[in-house]
Amino acid sequence: MATQEEITRLEEKARQLRRHIIRMTGAAGSGHPGGSLSAADIVAALYFHFLCLDPARPDWPDRDRFVLSKGHAAPVLYAALAERGYFPVDELLTLRRLGSRLQGHPDMKHLPGVEMSTGSLGQGLAAANGMALAGRLDGRDYRVYALLGDGEIQEGMIWEAAMAAAHYKLDHVTAFLDHNGFQIDGPTRQVMSPEPVADKWRAFGWDVQVIDGHDMAAILQAVEKARAVTGRPQMIVAETVKGKGCSFMENQVGWHGVAPKPDEVERALAELA
Amino acid sequence: MKKVATREAYGEALLELGRENPDVVVLDADLAKSTKTFDFGKHFPERFFDMGIAEQNMIGTAAGLAAAGKIPFCSSFAIFATGRAFEQVRNSVAYPHLNVKIAASHAGVTVGEDGGSHQSVEDIALMRVLPGMTVFVPADAVETRAAVRAAAGMNGPVYIRLGRPGVPVLHEQSLDFKPGRAIKLRDGGDAAIFATGIMVSMALEAAEILTGEGIGVRVLDMHTIKPLDEAAVLQAAKETGAIVTAEEHSIIGGLGGAVAETVCASHPVPVYRVGLSDVFGESGKPAELLERFGLTPARLVTAVQEVLKQKAAL
Ligand SMILES: Cc1ncc(C[n+]2csc(CCOP(=O)(O)OP(=O)(O)O)c2C)c(N)n1
Ligand SMILES: [Mg+2]
Repeated sequence: MATQEEITRLEEKARQLRRHIIRMTGAAGSGHPGGSLSAADIVAALYFHFLCLDPARPDWPDRDRFVLSKGHAAPVLYAALAERGYFPVDELLTLRRLGSRLQGHPDMKHLPGVEMSTGSLGQGLAAANGMALAGRLDGRDYRVYALLGDGEIQEGMIWEAAMAAAHYKLDHVTAFLDHNGFQIDGPTRQVMSPEPVADKWRAFGWDVQVIDGHDMAAILQAVEKARAVTGRPQMIVAETVKGKGCSFMENQVGWHGVAPKPDEVERALAELA
Repeated sequence: MKKVATREAYGEALLELGRENPDVVVLDADLAKSTKTFDFGKHFPERFFDMGIAEQNMIGTAAGLAAAGKIPFCSSFAIFATGRAFEQVRNSVAYPHLNVKIAASHAGVTVGEDGGSHQSVEDIALMRVLPGMTVFVPADAVETRAAVRAAAGMNGPVYIRLGRPGVPVLHEQSLDFKPGRAIKLRDGGDAAIFATGIMVSMALEAAEILTGEGIGVRVLDMHTIKPLDEAAVLQAAKETGAIVTAEEHSIIGGLGGAVAETVCASHPVPVYRVGLSDVFGESGKPAELLERFGLTPARLVTAVQEVLKQKAAL
């Protein structure tokens, strides 16, 4: 069990990631704040508590891996990588600019710490499976984490990968579902309902937990539990709020892929102070 | 000059078609506001199907709708409609020659900040290689409307390539649009530029600059990549002996490829292809990216000068 001190530290990290997300997308004038904010607590828990990494050696073979399958949430990943020391925090403000290593969607060719190039939805879980299979072949004990969107799981390939992970008993794969209830065209239940999500993953042979994705203690506990599971991949369904932490963005479908304007950046930063 | 995005014109044309023909149905994959199928969905909710983020299933469903007599228009970003669902397009649509229309937006690098993962510079090649597939790349809003109407009126698979940014309206409403027939926008005897999509207006600008230098440049608007207007290509090869192609796409397999194949087979002359030279796109503002990848009137001017040197050296 993590101490209250550790939980408080991680909560502050998550707030810091959220501030970066607002500043970065604000400076870029485009990008995806909503789904970055909903994932900030999960990403903070992974990058500042669980992932065994060495930023000085991004290609260290034994490192844990994190695959951002919902690649449009690149800002939250970049914020975590910068805070973890992969590149200078100042570079965050180059997001989406010509020549920047911080491409609109994560590009592993150019930015150290990015484990997989993503952006085309539905493809990340399969890559995570591949990394886990390689780890098993090489006798390495690293774990692979993946973050999926609840709209993203409408892609058929997600379910192909879900089947494969269970078939190959990939117990070193832990996936999160950012269950924020929204995609671009509206609430997921109205556009193309993926429900009931927990039952689906269970039926595909995964160990499934459902948690409050903004409760740091719950996230830590869920990952601890997942890591103890053997013989099966694990899905943590995180009940989240799209735009979390910025009152005017919360549960607003319009904030999926629109950047805050300067006054909105100020308002958001004040709330996240 | 007034600017309208071709995707906007697509949305309007769909609405018009929806009113005229109850068999027209529309499918999207969670991008209805971006592809502009949203208005059709609002007006004809019973004939609009948002398939969610599932492009392969969208194409497969459209194949079934077409097999049962409907005229489905499918939309997503070009990269996903033609790339993600390529094999569904090949085997469920093109192979059985079903009446499915794929109208995809956000083609090319003018997608901008989303970056290389979202910038389709291969879709013309992917669609052109399929037997029986008609490929339209409209240059402006007027041509888009004409292409959408032509697509609805013909039986068989059609790909319509649409863009994100506003582009100049070049044509009069009275435009005589014939599938497979290039439109000659300017005559000239020294060289010919075959341009498609957003490159058409740039080709006109380049021709204007070159005329000032005493070089006569013919400009052809290639709104149809397949079937290619081979007669127009061969005529230009014979009359000018120097060809430049221009597209917001890879120089491999697209308009440049099609023109070069035609010229090589019947009347070889130098062909200089302007487009992306075997590279992916990247993040940036659309105007910066056009500059970065040499999709500008200035670049077309040097391309014409280059191809004229080759012609002179023959
Ligand atoms: C294959 C593919 N189709 C479409 C898109 C365009 N797109 C980007 S984000 C998005 C919605 C994602 O919704 P969700 O997975 O719920 O993400 P979140 O709510 O966490 O932002 C769509 C359709 C894409 N990136 N990839
Ligand atoms: Mg969502």
